[in-house]
Amino acid sequence: MPQEVGKQYSELLRKYVAHENETDLYAAQQVSRKFIEKKISPEEVISLHKTSVEKIFPDLASRIGPSYDFLIEMMIHYGLALMEHQSLVRKQESMEIEMDVAVKVQDMLLETTVPKVGGLDIGIVSKPANKMSGDYVYFIESGHEEACVAVADVMGKGIPAALCMSMIKFGMDSLREKANDPRHVLEVINQIVEKSMDDSMFISMFYGKYVASTSTFTFGSAGHEPALLYRAAEDRFVELDAKGLLLGISKDVDFQQESVELLSGDFIVMLTDGVTEGRNAEGFIEEDVILDMLRDVKNLPAQQIVDHLYTELFKMQNYMLHDDFTLVLYKKE
Amino acid sequence: MSNRSSVEIFTEWDIVAARQLGRNEAKNSGFGTVDQARITTAISELARNIYLYAGKGKIEIERVSTDGMKGMTIIASDEGPGIPDLRKVMEDGFSTSGGLGAGMPGVKRLMDDFKVESEVGKGTTITATKWLR
Repeated sequence: MPQEVGKQYSELLRKYVAHENETDLYAAQQVSRKFIEKKISPEEVISLHKTSVEKIFPDLASRIGPSYDFLIEMMIHYGLALMEHQSLVRKQESMEIEMDVAVKVQDMLLETTVPKVGGLDIGIVSKPANKMSGDYVYFIESGHEEACVAVADVMGKGIPAALCMSMIKFGMDSLREKANDPRHVLEVINQIVEKSMDDSMFISMFYGKYVASTSTFTFGSAGHEPALLYRAAEDRFVELDAKGLLLGISKDVDFQQESVELLSGDFIVMLTDGVTEGRNAEGFIEEDVILDMLRDVKNLPAQQIVDHLYTELFKMQNYMLHDDFTLVLYKKE
Repeated sequence: MSNRSSVEIFTEWDIVAARQLGRNEAKNSGFGTVDQARITTAISELARNIYLYAGKGKIEIERVSTDGMKGMTIIASDEGPGIPDLRKVMEDGFSTSGGLGAGMPGVKRLMDDFKVESEVGKGTTITATKWLR
């Protein structure tokens, strides 16, 4: 420990003992900050204090000296705990840097482009609750005529989830030119996931395909949240669900497939449970609340609708996301 | 006084004896109060590990000097079960979270040099040195 530090402490203490001035206490606070910067441990501070007290009250030295030795002994472990804490903080910092890299890789790997298909307006919002998302959206467009979309929720997070997502992506990419009916796509991806991932990994997925020439939306689901179809002419919502087991449970699963025709002003909302299971202080946010919100902004462009819904639900949850939040909206112009 | 002295560790009282020996040696070698407390704490942790995990062993204290530097070496040896995963016991948070005390990283921090040799089924020898500044 540098000697000048000890001298500074001694003088400050002498001044304070003489006048008991707040100014000196404020100065002490500044000194303590400097001590921490210089990595002076608690036991060293006490040793410094002991030396200073013995100088200020020489007649007391022999009587109170041992009590300070006792305190130094007590403080050794506090000093160690502090050092350990600092080293764990440094470790955490480096882990966070690694995490940021993983997030970047995930973003790069999972990039998707919103299709441009005649007569269809698409909106998307996908927000992770933590750094790495367990939700995944992937679009495939073919010739301004078809807009396919997968909305998936991987149970599990982090790197394993990101690997799962890349499987979905490559599964979809490999089928883009061939048969890309929802039933078939779900079957193929299910087989990939079942084969490659361990038993604790499950994925729910909604897969839809919009064909512009017929305005039809064909869909299948692997244990995913039902989508919502808004019928403009009747001003009511219909659930779009199709039977199918979660991906990765069993090798041979039959997936159901359904079709609906979209009329002008109709829209389909595909979502993950982060949307439907939002919580506020009073409990779960009711589905009716979400439907009313959608009704309020039904005439806006698709992107504005999903942005509005996200902002409102985020506010209702006290500006906190408990789960990854994903909304994809297909609106027939 | 000879260069090397030792205390056999069988009971918890022997931990106190090892501490006493270490403190006296540290004081006589010219270490200040804080370093005396650090050396003693390191001895205490090492002796306690012997008592808890090996049952019996030995703490040796040696005065050392090299290149004009003077110091004190603690050698803690036992013929206990050995340490199967050295990396784990040297990790921060491993022993402290279980309330086991400062643990090996603590001893390493209290001293200047630190070395562990351990073989499963044969025993462990820990050598730690503090240098006079």
